[in-house]
Amino acid sequence: MSPADAKPLGPQSMGAELMAPSPREEMRRRAKSHAGLIFGVAIVLLAVLVAIFAPVLAPYDPYDQDLAKRLVDPVWTTGDWSHVLGTDALGRDYLSRLIFGSRISLMVGFGAALIAGTIGSVIGILGGYFGGRVDSVVVYLINVKLALPGLLIALSLVSIAGGSVGALVLILGFLTWDRYAVVTRSVAQQLRGSDFITAARAVGASQTRIILGELLPNVMNQIIVIASLEIAIVILIEAALSFLGLGVKPPEPSWGLMISEARSFMFFKPHMIAIPGFAIFLLVIAINMAGDGLRDVTAPEGRN
Amino acid sequence: MLRFVLGRLLMLALVALTVSFIGFGLLRLSGDLAAVLAGETATTADIARVAKQYGLDQPLYVQYLDWAGKALRGDLGTSLFTREPVIDLIMARIGVTITLAFSALAISLIFAVPLGVVAAMRKNTWVDRAVLTFSVLGQAIPSFWLGLLLIYLFGVTLRWLPISGSDTSAHFILPTITLALATMPALMRLTRTGMIDALASDYIRTAWAKGLLPLPVLFKHALRNAILPVVSLSAVLLGFLLGGSVIVESVFALNGIGLLAFDSIKRIDFPVVQSILVFLSFCYIFLTLLSDLINAKLDPRISL
Repeated sequence: MSPADAKPLGPQSMGAELMAPSPREEMRRRAKSHAGLIFGVAIVLLAVLVAIFAPVLAPYDPYDQDLAKRLVDPVWTTGDWSHVLGTDALGRDYLSRLIFGSRISLMVGFGAALIAGTIGSVIGILGGYFGGRVDSVVVYLINVKLALPGLLIALSLVSIAGGSVGALVLILGFLTWDRYAVVTRSVAQQLRGSDFITAARAVGASQTRIILGELLPNVMNQIIVIASLEIAIVILIEAALSFLGLGVKPPEPSWGLMISEARSFMFFKPHMIAIPGFAIFLLVIAINMAGDGLRDVTAPEGRN
Repeated sequence: MLRFVLGRLLMLALVALTVSFIGFGLLRLSGDLAAVLAGETATTADIARVAKQYGLDQPLYVQYLDWAGKALRGDLGTSLFTREPVIDLIMARIGVTITLAFSALAISLIFAVPLGVVAAMRKNTWVDRAVLTFSVLGQAIPSFWLGLLLIYLFGVTLRWLPISGSDTSAHFILPTITLALATMPALMRLTRTGMIDALASDYIRTAWAKGLLPLPVLFKHALRNAILPVVSLSAVLLGFLLGGSVIVESVFALNGIGLLAFDSIKRIDFPVVQSILVFLSFCYIFLTLLSDLINAKLDPRISL
């Protein structure tokens, strides 16, 4: 993705190479010249700021209905700045709902990734490190998880547990841990026989200490890279569930739900579908670019 | 080797048994299923009557054995909603979903594999960058939103294609494109990565050195090795398409198995839901086994 990385070192950088920059400095240098990473992280940070300061930024209360001003067109057709992105079928300000909607996407995305990352990494590291029977159980768990149709399970669980943001975080967290487990398992397998693990064992370190002190730091990069990609996937799933009506419940301003509510007007008010959809699209792209960038920066040899 | 194959089959059998427990138990997580079915105004007597009617008063393992025993003989029970045998409901709709899944995967492969190969051969050129950009964009578009955009563009503005229903083959064009675009990025990336690795490997260098022509080298040696993970991913994606087509089926009002599952979840039609969940899980298990066999056939290093 980044041509800057591929450039041969110029003569002026020879001296720097002799001074042997630390891996961390090297990483920072690569991060600074990675356009995709910078763009992705900038947009994600912007979205996080918008979510935090939503009450300050939003011009109206996102739940406030003004039935006299229903389905107002956005400023580029009306020229009226009082509702920049227009209003929805209940007269709620579209921009305000969009701004508050970022909270739902980010909370579900980051919350579910935190749960899934913890479950998956624990399972994967245990299986990969101990091998044998433990690993057989881990492989079995991963296979069961992969065989289940995730989206239908999620829909069933939401229909039982209700569509609160907390319930969605839990449900999606428990349904998306497989990739963390698969990757951490194979990394732990590779590291199990390596010199520094053998050395730690030789000086009498406990299993817990080896796993937490030696293994975990070495798989952390991978976990973070997977998490960044999984956050994007979870955000897409939340939007899809809410769109289908078995996700976040009205009147919450979930972007997926906004698209669902606007669906019956899409033929004469296409902007009502386009705007929240584009918000999801942009956020997911930014998270993916940040994730790809992180992978390039932390593990340049694994890039392709 | 025999031990490996037997171990593998035992694992699959265990996984199949477990997913049948989960599929069976999922809607029963709601607590008292009979109370939910009887409705909010039901008296204790009503609930007891409903429980007796559907066998819900029996211990859970009796219910499971009863259901599993009948299922093995092809009797999946009766829908609570339509009163039709579940097997008939599934059979009437599985054709739509299978058509959709296979055509989407076929279209996806037809475009993704050549694009991935070209990107790998022209690594770090504009072709490669275009393919990668396309895959980043494709991964970030919510499929329901893409479906709605396609409906707006081709169905409403251009009026080229029908936008809902499953009466003619023209009805399948837009849903197929939507699903194909959703699965293409992963296939494209995997083909590209596999080709880059294969082209850099010793056996390809040997093939070049032997004076083999570029095209035979490309197809006989490199692609054959690069395609192995693509076969595995295709099996996974096919499983995903069968279970995940609920979104696209809902957007385009296609009467497939996803929509049946979704409607049944909403009305707690548990005989239908548990049958579809287990059916789709078994499809996935079968598909991954099939992809392993195909890979064993393709990969000269694996022999069974």
